[in-house]
Amino acid sequence: MYSVPKLEDFSPASLDAAADELLAALQAESQAISDPKAFEEFRNRWMARKNGLLTQVNESWLKAAPGPSKRDVGQRVNALKAQAEAIVSAAEQLAAGSALSAKIKSETVDISLPGIERPLGVRHPVLRTLDELISVFVKMGYSIAEGPEVETDYYNFEALNFPPNHPARDTQDTLFIANQEMKAQRDRLLLRTHTSPVQIRSMEKLTPPVRVICPGKVHRNDAPDATHSPVFHQLEGLCVDTNITFGDLKGTLDHAMKSMFGSDVKTSFRPSFFPFTEPSVEVSISCPFCGGNGCRPCKQSGWIELLGAGMVDPNVFGFVDYDPKKLSGFAFGMGIERLAMMTYNVDDIQQFFYGDVRFLEQFA
Amino acid sequence: MKISPNWIRDFVSPAASDRGVAEALTVSGIAIEGSFGEGADQTWEAEITTNRVDAMNHYGVAREVSAIYDVDLAPIAPKVSGNGPANFSIVIDDAEGCARYTGRVVRGVKTAPAPAQIAHRLELVEQRSISNVADASNYVLNEIGQPTHAFDLDKLEGGKIIVRRAREGETIFTLDGIERKLAPEDLVIADAVKPVAIAGVMGGDATMITDATKNVLIESAWFDPASIRRTSRRLGMHTDASHRYERGADPGITQLACARVAELILASAGGAVSDEIDVVTRTIPQSRIPLASSEVKRILGVEIPPEEIARILRRLGFTVEPGGPFKPAVGLSGEAEFTVTVPTWRLDVEREIDLIEEVARIYSYLKIPNTLPSFAGGVIEEPVAGKRSELRKRLLSLGYNESLSSTFIPQEDARAFANAEPVRIANPLSEEASFMRTSLVPGLLLQIAYNLNRGNTDVQLFEAGHVYAMQSEAVDEHNSLAFVSTGAACRASVHGKPEPFNFFHIKGDLEQLLAAFDVKDVSFDRTVPVWLHPGRSARAKVGGTTVAIFGQLHPEVAAARKLKQEVFVAEIFVEALYQLALRQPVYTPISKYPAVERDFSFVLPEGLEFESIRQKLSELAIAELTAIIPAETFRGGSLAAGTYSFLLRVRFQSSERTLRDDEVASWSQQIIDAVGSLGGSLRQ
Repeated sequence: MYSVPKLEDFSPASLDAAADELLAALQAESQAISDPKAFEEFRNRWMARKNGLLTQVNESWLKAAPGPSKRDVGQRVNALKAQAEAIVSAAEQLAAGSALSAKIKSETVDISLPGIERPLGVRHPVLRTLDELISVFVKMGYSIAEGPEVETDYYNFEALNFPPNHPARDTQDTLFIANQEMKAQRDRLLLRTHTSPVQIRSMEKLTPPVRVICPGKVHRNDAPDATHSPVFHQLEGLCVDTNITFGDLKGTLDHAMKSMFGSDVKTSFRPSFFPFTEPSVEVSISCPFCGGNGCRPCKQSGWIELLGAGMVDPNVFGFVDYDPKKLSGFAFGMGIERLAMMTYNVDDIQQFFYGDVRFLEQFA
Repeated sequence: MKISPNWIRDFVSPAASDRGVAEALTVSGIAIEGSFGEGADQTWEAEITTNRVDAMNHYGVAREVSAIYDVDLAPIAPKVSGNGPANFSIVIDDAEGCARYTGRVVRGVKTAPAPAQIAHRLELVEQRSISNVADASNYVLNEIGQPTHAFDLDKLEGGKIIVRRAREGETIFTLDGIERKLAPEDLVIADAVKPVAIAGVMGGDATMITDATKNVLIESAWFDPASIRRTSRRLGMHTDASHRYERGADPGITQLACARVAELILASAGGAVSDEIDVVTRTIPQSRIPLASSEVKRILGVEIPPEEIARILRRLGFTVEPGGPFKPAVGLSGEAEFTVTVPTWRLDVEREIDLIEEVARIYSYLKIPNTLPSFAGGVIEEPVAGKRSELRKRLLSLGYNESLSSTFIPQEDARAFANAEPVRIANPLSEEASFMRTSLVPGLLLQIAYNLNRGNTDVQLFEAGHVYAMQSEAVDEHNSLAFVSTGAACRASVHGKPEPFNFFHIKGDLEQLLAAFDVKDVSFDRTVPVWLHPGRSARAKVGGTTVAIFGQLHPEVAAARKLKQEVFVAEIFVEALYQLALRQPVYTPISKYPAVERDFSFVLPEGLEFESIRQKLSELAIAELTAIIPAETFRGGSLAAGTYSFLLRVRFQSSERTLRDDEVASWSQQIIDAVGSLGGSLRQ
C-alpha cells in the first residue's frame, strides 16, 4: 500500500517522479472503490486534514524542503493537490452513481400487475344517449325546456288536439292519478304519456321564434317486458317561426340525424298520423349499425323508424294563441330507450332500470 | 290489416308491379309492412293510421293507387233492382245516434257455402267464410269498408226495426254468445220487442243468419262515432264494425253498400230483393274548404303547380272548383285558389291544412327539398342546468354510477321514506307500483338489494329525478338527488387491503358536492329521519336550510330489506341547494411567509366533539390561525375511562410577515385555554 516517502532530493525531476508515483497510486485506489462506504475510507485515507496522505505531503515534502527550493516545491505541491482532488471528486461521482443504480434496482416493480382501481362513475346509457341528442340540437340553436311529469288532461291531450273520447287517446295507455273524478276533465291529473305537453307549455311562455327541445321521462300503462317499460324517456322538439316549412322539418331532422349518426346516414319520410301535427310524418334513418345491409337492430330491413314528426297543427296554435295564418312550425319526438338499446346492443329494456353495476359499468 | 293486391286490381290498373305499388303506397301513407304468398294469393300487411278509416278496405286503397299513378278508379255500381216494397218498417228514434239507416229485404234465399271466389278472398284477408249470405256482409266490409249486418227477417218481431237507446235493464246475447247488459246510453237496433243488435258493434245471437234462414234484412247505417265509441269501450267490445264507426264511417255509402250486399246475396243465394228503405234523420255536412296554392307553398316550402294540386285532390275523390271566396281562379302571379268539397268518406278532412297534407303525401314527401330554417331567436338557458350538471359531474368523478329506478313504489315505502302524502295511481300496473315515489331512496335501496343478491358487493349509485306528493288537490313534483354506497371505498387488490366504505366517506362525498356551491356556513347536526342510524347519520344545513341528510341506513331497516352489509345513503334536497349560486373561484395570493404548525395532544372528556373545539377556536378570532386539523384520536391504553386523546394540529400563517415565536406561543396558550374551558387538558 502506498505511503508518502520522505524526500532526499528536491530537484524538479525527483519531485515530478514522486508526484507521478503518488497520483498513480491514488488513481489505482480510486478505481478499486465499490461502494459509498469504500469511498469514505478512501477519501479519509487521502484527504483527511489530520494525517491524510496529502497532508503528509505537506509535512514530508513542503516543510522538509530546503529554503531555496521551497517556492518551487510549494507550487508543485499545490498542483499535485489540485490533480488529486480532481481524481477524488471523480471517484465520488462514480460511487454515488452506483449507489443510485442500486437504489433504482431495489425499487423496481412488476409493471404487469394491474393498476390500482379508482373507479369513475358511469353515465347511464339512456341518459348518455339523451345527452348526445341534446348536444346535437343545442348546437342547432335549440334551448332546453322542461315540464312536469304529472300533467293535466289539458296539456297531455286537449291542447294537443286529442278531443275528449277521441280514439287516438286509446293508443296512449295512460296512467291516471287517483281521485280526479270530481274535477273537470281538462283539469284531471295523469302521468304524461309523451313529452309533447312541453310544446304547449313552451309556446304559452315564449313569443316566437321558438326553438326548444324537451327531454324527459314519460309513463305508460305498459306491462314490463323485454321491449316495454312503464317508465321511459323521450326527446321532443319544437320550432315555430313566421316561415317554417315542411322542407325545414325534413332538412333539420336530416341534419340532426347525420350529426348524431354520421354523415353517411340517410333519412326517409313517410306520412303518418298524430293529432297535434298536420301533415304528420314518420322519420326513418338508414341503419347506422349495418350501413343499410340488414342486421338485428333494423330487423334486416336496412331502415330504422326513429322519429314521429310533423307540422304543428293549426288547432294546437289556437290553444296557445299563436296565429296559424302568420306562424308555422314543426315538432318532432322520439323514444330514447329504443335507440339506446340499438346503439349498445341491449336486448332487454328492463336492464336499464335494475341498477346492476355489472351492466352499468360496461358503459364506462 | 290484410290487403290483397289482386283484389285491388279489380278497381285500378297501375302500370307497376305489386311490389312497386306497395312501395308507392308506403311512401304515400298506406304503410305496407309485409308481403306474404305469391301471385293471386299474395297479401300485404298494411298499417293504416287511425284517421284513415276510408283506406281500411280494398276500394279505399285502390283510390290511393289511382291518385298516386294518376289512373282511373273503376266505379262500384251494383245491379240491383227492387221487386217492390219491403213490407217492413224502419224507425230511427235517436237521430243523434243514427243519421241514416238503409235497408233491403231479400226473401227466399237458400243458405249454402259461399262461392269459391268470395270464400277465397275472405280467407286471404284472414276472415272465416261462413255462408253465402253471411259472407256477403263481410265481403262488402273488406271491399268498400262499410259495416253492414244481415238479420234473419223471420226472427224480427213486429215487422219493424227501431233504432233507439237501450232501456234500463235490457240485455242481449251477442253473436259471440255472451250476454251483455245494456245501459241507457247504448244505441241499439231493436225490433218491436227487444234489442236485436248493439248498433255499430255487434249483432244479436237470436236474429243471426243460420242455415235455416229464408228471409233476410240487410242493414247499412251510419252511426254517430262518439256514441259507438262509448258503448264499445264500456262493453270492452272492439269489432271490425266499431273500429270503423267510431272513427267515422262514410255517411254517403249506406245505399251503395246495401245494394252491393243484396247483389252478392242474390248472386249466391238467390231470392228476391225489395225496394230500398232509406231513412235519413240528418245530413252529415260535406265540408267546402278554400285552398290557396300560396298556402301549400307556405307550409310545404315547395311550389306545386295548381293543376297538380287539383289533379291529386280529384283523384282522391275531392271536388275541386277553381276560384276561392276572395280571389279569381288564377291570380296574376300564377297563384291559384280553389274551393274543395270533401267527399263523404273523408270526415277526417276539415281544414285547408288537411288538404295540404293530402297534396303533400301524394306529391310525395320525398320530393320536397330539404332546407334549414334561419333563426333570429336566442338560446334560453335553463336556470338550474349548470348546477345539475355540476352535481352529476362530481358524483361521476367520485365513482357513483348513474342509475334510473322506477317512479312507482309500494305504499309502505312511499310513507316510510318521506313525510308526504303519496300520490296514488288510479290504474296501477301492480300493487307494488301503485304509488309514486316520495323519495329516491327506496328505489336505490331496491337496486342495492338487486346487486347484493347477485354477488355485487361494492355498489355506488346515484339517481337524479322527480319525487311527488299530494298537496291538497294538486301534485307537488320536484327534483331530488340521492346517492347510495355499500362495500369497499377502495377495493381489495394485490396492492392492499380493502377499505370499507364508512360514514366519513359519504360525508366527504357530500362535502365535495356542497363545495360546488357558494356555501360558507355548512353545519351538521343529528336531526335525521328514523330510517337512518341515529349514531352514524347527520343532517347538513346551509344557513338555516336543510340541504341533505346522510349516513348509514338504520340496521333494522337494512335487516327488513335483507341488506346484509352496511349501506350508506345521502339524500340531497336539490331544490334548496339550487337556491345557492355555484361557487365562483377567486384567486387568493399564496403567502410568501412560512407557515408554523403546532401539535397539541389533548385528553378530552368523551362526548366532547370536534365541532365544539373548532367553533371555540374560531371564536378566538386569530387571523393568522389558518387551519384547525383533527390529526388523530385514541381511546384506551392508559387513558382514564370516559376520556379520549385527541391530537390537534393547527397552522398559523400570515400573508404579510414571518411570525415571531412569542406570538405563536401566545396563540398556542390561548388554544390550550380554550380547549381547557371545554373540559380538555393537555396530555402529560
